Amino acid sequence: MSRYEKQALEGVERFNRVSKTTNIGLSALFIFFAIICLMPVILVFMISISSEQSIATYGYRFWPKEFSLEAYRFLWESKESIMGSFIVSIVVTVLGTIVGLLLNTSIAYSLSRRNFKFRGFFTWVIFIPMLFGGGMISFYITVATVLKLKDTLWALILPMAVSSFYIVMLRTFFQTTVPDSLIESAKIDGASQFKIFTTIVLPISLPAIATVGLFLTFAYWNDWYNALLFIDNNKLVPLQAMLNRIQNDIAFINDNLSTLGASAAELIAKLPSESVRMAIVVIVVLPIACSYPFFQKYFISGLTIGAVKE
Amino acid sequence: MDKQNKVKRFKVSRDDIELTLLALPTTIWYLVFSFFPMIGILIAFKDFRMMPGKGFIASLISSEWVGLTNFEFLFKTPDALIILRNTVCYNVIFIILGTVIPVALAIAINQLYSKKLAKTCQTAMFLPHFLSWVVVSYFLFAFLSYDKGIINQLLSSMGQSSVQWYMDPKYWPYIIVFMHIWKSVGYGMVVYLAAITGIDQTYYEAAIIDGATKWQQIRYITIPLIKPIIIIMFIMAVGGIFRSDFGLFYQLPRNAGALFNATATIDTYVYRAIEGTGSMAMSSAAAFFQSVIGFITIVTANTIVKKIDGENGLF
Repeated sequence: MSRYEKQALEGVERFNRVSKTTNIGLSALFIFFAIICLMPVILVFMISISSEQSIATYGYRFWPKEFSLEAYRFLWESKESIMGSFIVSIVVTVLGTIVGLLLNTSIAYSLSRRNFKFRGFFTWVIFIPMLFGGGMISFYITVATVLKLKDTLWALILPMAVSSFYIVMLRTFFQTTVPDSLIESAKIDGASQFKIFTTIVLPISLPAIATVGLFLTFAYWNDWYNALLFIDNNKLVPLQAMLNRIQNDIAFINDNLSTLGASAAELIAKLPSESVRMAIVVIVVLPIACSYPFFQKYFISGLTIGAVKE
Repeated sequence: MDKQNKVKRFKVSRDDIELTLLALPTTIWYLVFSFFPMIGILIAFKDFRMMPGKGFIASLISSEWVGLTNFEFLFKTPDALIILRNTVCYNVIFIILGTVIPVALAIAINQLYSKKLAKTCQTAMFLPHFLSWVVVSYFLFAFLSYDKGIINQLLSSMGQSSVQWYMDPKYWPYIIVFMHIWKSVGYGMVVYLAAITGIDQTYYEAAIIDGATKWQQIRYITIPLIKPIIIIMFIMAVGGIFRSDFGLFYQLPRNAGALFNATATIDTYVYRAIEGTGSMAMSSAAAFFQSVIGFITIVTANTIVKKIDGENGLF
């Protein structure tokens, strides 16, 4: 584009802008929306650094009357239970992302080869589950009773590892960005498909792999559902599921206040205090909130590749 | 000659074998986690019980066929109407608002003078998408808690009496819809914004020369050009009309029994069966219903869209 054209285009853009008042109005509106989206995170953080006393007397506040790091000290001291959950979360996230990447990329590569004879068959294999499912109950029975994965980390890892959405995304990427000539020439040199896949295709597809890897990482870190279904053992509960359990215990106590009577107070005393609960929420949210702005562009590219239909 | 060609076409090359081997582990995953559970749909037509000492398949085979009895029972319970109504009504609202609001916001944010401000706001609005419903339910609790929540503090500072948010179902349709939009609007905006930025600028230049106003540009250029992506998102949403976001309906109300009428959906109902408080057979019937109707709606929506305008189907 020549300089003149560029200037002309800028002129057009300037001419085509909305009026100044509209701009101010829209800006204010979007700042308002942005605040609504960020506010809860700030509030929960502030609660986590409030003293118990101040929560009890003044309720939750955006600016606590009395600051305290007691909640974080408590978390640090009760390492066994909370650190245990933290480690489970990390192990599941790391292992899950690796397993997921292996399973999704390998079949996506096969599907991306146009001369692959069984391409049609494998396309159906990934396409049918997008439309039709067996339902939650038979899924539960399959994992818990048939595979006997109940109370193992595999119950948290395997069910989420593969997604037709990721496969379609990766396949489209392999098809559009890996040149056929590159693969053909490697084949002439006698390379097997495994070799081509691992030494040529994967290294040049890093952006797509990063995208799917991020999707998987966030999905595993945020998962509480599989733990809710399959994990009873206290030592294998990830952070998110732990938050869910605390919440259920509170709901149970509240629903049964009349029957529990005096023991209700005792039960509540055993649960983590409010600031500690909010501190756990902060620990769960912080890695996400700090990292997603930098990875955003991968997500956006992933979403736009995924939306390409065929 | 013809025969020879055929033989050649069906000859499996070394490549095919290697590519099949590459696809095999994932195919096994699909067989185990997607296709095998589909057998479980039979539970809906059986008087299913796990036989002690027998596996799932053996129990399934030896339990008695009961035809459509489970469905009959399901639709006779007073709960059925509530869970169906909730699932469908919430989804209809979600589909309408979940299309209109992100499209409108994506177009609007594209008009801001300051690109930096637009980027910052968009990033902030994308945050809820990355959070789990468990975490969001804690956020909500910080606002709605009876004795400590921000909303009740505001109400009492204005001289109003506090509200028992987790006891009164009448507020929950609004809360559920608001929280759904809160969590999903950033994602929708990103999708539509990507489509809008992909539009060729020369269309707008031509329109300006012809004296088109901003509204006309939006109406006759932007919306028609992002229509395919709107339709894809719409069909996918319609296909899920009998499904509900389990986290949204299970986590946000904190499992409070008082809110059942406003927050129970097919998925929370099915979960109760797994938990042991509901009927396995009836929940399977509900799940089967959900799967089949979902499949039919997605195919129907796709056909209708294709009839109306040729190419814009999903498949």
